[in-house]
Amino acid sequence: MNTDSLLTSMVYLVVFPGFLFLTVYGLFLQWVDRKLCAVMQNRMGPPWFQPAADLIKLLVKETIIPDACDTAMFKALPYFAIAAIISALMLIPLWKADSLFPAFQGNMVVVVYLLTIPTVTFFLAGWSSTSPYSTIGSMRVLTQLFAYEVPLMLSLIGPAILAGSWNLSEISAFFTEHPGHMAAQLIGFLVAILALQGKLERMPFDIPHAKNEIVGGQFTEYSGRLLGYFNLAVDMELVVGAALLSAVFLGGAWGLSGAAGLALFLAKTLAVTFLLALLKVLMARIRIEQMVNFCWKILAPAAMAQILIDIIIKSKLQL
Amino acid sequence: MSKITIPLGPQHPALKEPENFMLVLEGEQIENATINLGYNHRGMEKAAEERTFLQNLYLIERVCGICSHSHTTCYVTNVEEAAKAEVPERALAIRTLIGELERVHSHLLWIGVAGYEMGFETLFMYTWRDREQVLDCLEMLSGNRVHYSINTIGGVRRDVTAEQKVEVLKRIGNLEERTQYYIKVALEEPTIRARTANVGKLPYEVAIERGAVGPTTRASGVKRDVRKDDPYLLYDKLDFSLITHDTCDVFGRLVVRALELVESYKLIRQILNYLPEGPIAVKVPPRIAPAEVLNRYEAPRGEDIHYLKTNGTDKPERLKVRAPTLANLQSVAYMLEGGWLADVPLVIAAIDPCMSCTDRAIVYDRKTDKKQVYDWEDLRKLGIEAYKRKGVDFRKL
Repeated sequence: MNTDSLLTSMVYLVVFPGFLFLTVYGLFLQWVDRKLCAVMQNRMGPPWFQPAADLIKLLVKETIIPDACDTAMFKALPYFAIAAIISALMLIPLWKADSLFPAFQGNMVVVVYLLTIPTVTFFLAGWSSTSPYSTIGSMRVLTQLFAYEVPLMLSLIGPAILAGSWNLSEISAFFTEHPGHMAAQLIGFLVAILALQGKLERMPFDIPHAKNEIVGGQFTEYSGRLLGYFNLAVDMELVVGAALLSAVFLGGAWGLSGAAGLALFLAKTLAVTFLLALLKVLMARIRIEQMVNFCWKILAPAAMAQILIDIIIKSKLQL
Repeated sequence: MSKITIPLGPQHPALKEPENFMLVLEGEQIENATINLGYNHRGMEKAAEERTFLQNLYLIERVCGICSHSHTTCYVTNVEEAAKAEVPERALAIRTLIGELERVHSHLLWIGVAGYEMGFETLFMYTWRDREQVLDCLEMLSGNRVHYSINTIGGVRRDVTAEQKVEVLKRIGNLEERTQYYIKVALEEPTIRARTANVGKLPYEVAIERGAVGPTTRASGVKRDVRKDDPYLLYDKLDFSLITHDTCDVFGRLVVRALELVESYKLIRQILNYLPEGPIAVKVPPRIAPAEVLNRYEAPRGEDIHYLKTNGTDKPERLKVRAPTLANLQSVAYMLEGGWLADVPLVIAAIDPCMSCTDRAIVYDRKTDKKQVYDWEDLRKLGIEAYKRKGVDFRKL
């Protein structure tokens, strides 16, 4: 790797569309989400700078680390979560046909794998802080992971089969060429939206940090800067999750690039955020065992049905 | 996985008031639940003995922020009975009216809280927005949103004008429409169904055995309502039905409260259309001859009991308040055991607990098996000594 490409990679990672852009856009999406929920719930909602103000407030506050916890791990986990999310973003095609880092066969699997790392850090965060609320919360994180991860992966396999590729750029390109097939992915898209809601631990799947039951869940003992970074990681995960769905189901950049492609990317992520916000206000939080039942008995079979539909479509196409 | 003991409270997001539940968990399921009370004892009964009957009215109102009218009505009924005063019917009608408006506000509040505890914040926001309508009615009629202070000994302080009547009827109409919508939501929304059905089971026999009251017991199919069993105010003249439900769970409690709202709207219309002419208060002498009175009142949360003993002075000899939450707490421990951790806040909220109303103190010496009630002087002495031990001497201040 020469100096030039190293420099470009660093800019990608740190400035755009990496850490800085993700922070700004993540906070913006958090505001959009909060404002949408507020409007749907018949109230005012926060001003546009509220998420940034919350983050800055947390960054300057004192960080308290419990004596009983594993200090090194406790401190390092938020950064791992953020690093994994930024890495995932680099592999997703955003505003042009290709992803920022060179695309390869199977990068979809790598993205899903990288997006699992934040969840694992949430589990470790709760487990390493050793308080009863955190312990229960982190057990719920893991239980939930096993519930939504399979439907999410299955729902992504459908488009991959149809496009005949494990490469996100090629899947996007396929739907750009055959926009008609996007409509056939409706079931898979809905499954993916619900699974993403579970991944982001939002209502009705905010079971790991259900405040009425276990206070802050896995983050109960976190405070100050570390909590701020964890919250930021969740916001970033929303952006990356929305980008992933946009690349897999909504045809990526539709052959556009530059400013037009970026506008399309923002529009699509906003649309996904809208759907997620709608889900958030429409339902009551369900119990962890109901969540597992729902994911395995309804979401997973629905995703399988989508795969079946895709196989049939593909065989028809080849005829 | 070994068993974990989780403290729920005294400081916890699910609880609005300090109380403590120690939960022994096996995974996500509760093996054992212990309730610890007494974080919010305010010495109200003792304080009442130091004040005149009229002053006590304002003290008793503050037993509870939500059923403030229930407590004062029960108290003034006691005082009036002890003084053998004849309260005009118009005053009784206004008391009944405020009592039913209070039930509407309390039940709407509860539906919101239940929504919040099951993680359905939209329901919470919606019901509390609608509840403003009934609070506006109460403010218009009494001048206050929470502590209405409409009662006075011998009657009520304010009359209901013709314009107010029209306005209240209009708002009740709006609310009835909204309530029908909530009933539809509660019956049809699958996540509400999933979170409330078969949660916090309290079978018919257990409800009777543990002496549950109010909507909690009516949701277990027990026909128990003071308004029907022992009619007070104008309730024997009004037409309303006693709502029960036989699912014995939180869902039943939700349905009972929602349907009771509809009954309350019916009652409010009847009272406003009935409203007899006449004075709204009579004079009652400040000193009351020795007597002992006990009265029951169906507060929104259940049966509220007040006992009053007078001694010929202008102050009560003894006043005893039994708030409905105390009667329902025995059932909570039963309902929690064997349930899920996720359902604990909902099960506790389902009795509509009000801990500040409930806490009372009695000194019990385990060694000598003696019970003792302190008088005012003893309590004062104890207080001064306690602060001295902490290094605060009030005489030097």
